[in-house]
Amino acid sequence: MNVRKHASAFAVHAVLLAYTALALAPIILVIMNSFKERKAIFGSPLKPPSPSTFSLIGYDKVFGDSSIASYYINSITVTGGTIFFTLLFGSMAAWALAEYKFRWNTLLAIFLSIGIMVPIRLGSVALIQLIAQLNLINTLTALILVYVAQNIPLAVFILSEFIGQIPKDLREAARCDGLSEYNIFFHIILPLLRPAMATVAVFTMIPVWNDLWFPLLLAPAGGKQTITLGIQQFLGQYITDWNSVLSALSTAIIPVLILYVIFSRQLIRGLTSGAVK
Amino acid sequence: MAKETDASLMGMSRANYMRLLAFFLAPAVIVYSVFSIYPLLATIFNSLYLRQTDGSYIFNGVGNFGTLLTDTTWSVSFWNAMKNNFIFFLIHMCVQNPIGIALAALLSLPQLKFRAAYRTLIFMPTMLSVVIIGFTWQLILSPLWGISKMLLQSVGLGALFAPWLGQESTALITVSLISVWQFVGIPMILIYTALLAIPDELVDAATVDGLNQFQTFFFVKLPLIIPAIGLVSVLTFVNNFNAFDLIYAMKGALAGPNYSSDIMGTLFYRTFFGNQLQLGDASMGSTIATMMFLIILVGVMVYLFVIQRRIQRYSF
Repeated sequence: MNVRKHASAFAVHAVLLAYTALALAPIILVIMNSFKERKAIFGSPLKPPSPSTFSLIGYDKVFGDSSIASYYINSITVTGGTIFFTLLFGSMAAWALAEYKFRWNTLLAIFLSIGIMVPIRLGSVALIQLIAQLNLINTLTALILVYVAQNIPLAVFILSEFIGQIPKDLREAARCDGLSEYNIFFHIILPLLRPAMATVAVFTMIPVWNDLWFPLLLAPAGGKQTITLGIQQFLGQYITDWNSVLSALSTAIIPVLILYVIFSRQLIRGLTSGAVK
Repeated sequence: MAKETDASLMGMSRANYMRLLAFFLAPAVIVYSVFSIYPLLATIFNSLYLRQTDGSYIFNGVGNFGTLLTDTTWSVSFWNAMKNNFIFFLIHMCVQNPIGIALAALLSLPQLKFRAAYRTLIFMPTMLSVVIIGFTWQLILSPLWGISKMLLQSVGLGALFAPWLGQESTALITVSLISVWQFVGIPMILIYTALLAIPDELVDAATVDGLNQFQTFFFVKLPLIIPAIGLVSVLTFVNNFNAFDLIYAMKGALAGPNYSSDIMGTLFYRTFFGNQLQLGDASMGSTIATMMFLIILVGVMVYLFVIQRRIQRYSF
């Protein structure tokens, strides 16, 4: 019995290890080869860089292209701006929907939840015309507005669920103390929402950072490219220069991996707590 | 939840109460309506108009849809994209979701060591941009670099190697499998959660009754996670019929070779933006987007009214 138990535990680990290797190998392969000279990339692609094959020539080219740094700043601005306004507007709306009684409350909640399932991307034809009319083509503002609109439904849904769990006494006590409704929200409720906001922020951050569609449509040029689009354009340009291609890919992968390692606990907890009820 | 707070309770005048509601609701509702709902509705509206040669638009009813489905200038590429998109979806359903379920089943085994490490690492590709994944696999499968050929040769299967991405017969399957590789983490996590929610007593009872791990999974756990599998299926459906980035990153807007990897998203982009071979057409672009909207709507409706009558929350 004990032997069988060990054997089956071994088999389980073998399967999981094999799959983990399959999931990581392509990523490791790219990062590893980005630190090698051209000859070694082709000669011995599966070997890690050694002192004789080590080279940073690809990175020189990537960072020599001064626009890459500004694409990073664009992506940080867009992602940061989106998270800030999604959380602010989303929590305000969630509070009103969860706390106040008014005639079209339920209707409004349903209206806002349409966006959870229907991809906003399908409205692109009219959206690009609207952004052009507003003179916002090739601006980061356009991207932030669209991403905030895209993320508000899920934010309202998660945050209003969370507001419902905050004890009622807390607000009643604040009301008895004569605090205005605005103060109750900004000084009492908002600080309590922090854990739910972290979940929303992580859910918002990664798809926005990785998106290719809206940067391609709304801000494809003029130095306003996000890093995802910028890397895509860079790769298209240097497709035959393997050092540059591998370095550009690694440059895009490494920051996301670092963020993922920092936030993975929160992200997976968020996914596992809310996804299936 | 009871919303007991109303104007009279707070001793607020009606005007002040409305101002309060407007303050909290207006920013979200305005941004959402203007940049999400309005474009969706306007796109559906656009699909009912036909572009004239002088650039003006006339009302055409559902004529554009007739053109799209039957006029060979459009219908050939539409049905091709539709067929490819269904293959894309079927490959996800038949490969991604079973692997996701199997991994989740292993991860949820009691007393498994390094559970969190496996979970985090297997989920990692899901976090990366599709653009990066697309290029990475393009390099790995490239005959120029020769890594995949070398690996196949090392296990004696070198003869199997072919430029899979470049062949009409294999491009779509290859791209689909790359997408499966990237997104397997999502079904894995969702099913894993559902499995953890199963009460221990049920599993213990099955063990006492003499069922082994496999039997317990198939006869006790699997029936209990059907709702989660339903959720995973509808998410796969919505994401697949809305997919674009991977094909665009790997095969460009023309979804080659010879449109063999063309799906609805790339057809939509090409039609509405134009490319080397044709001018952009906002009406037909809107028509295709509306078709995609209808397809996704059918999928979501089937899920909501047939599989489960509750909106679940999810992202990505």
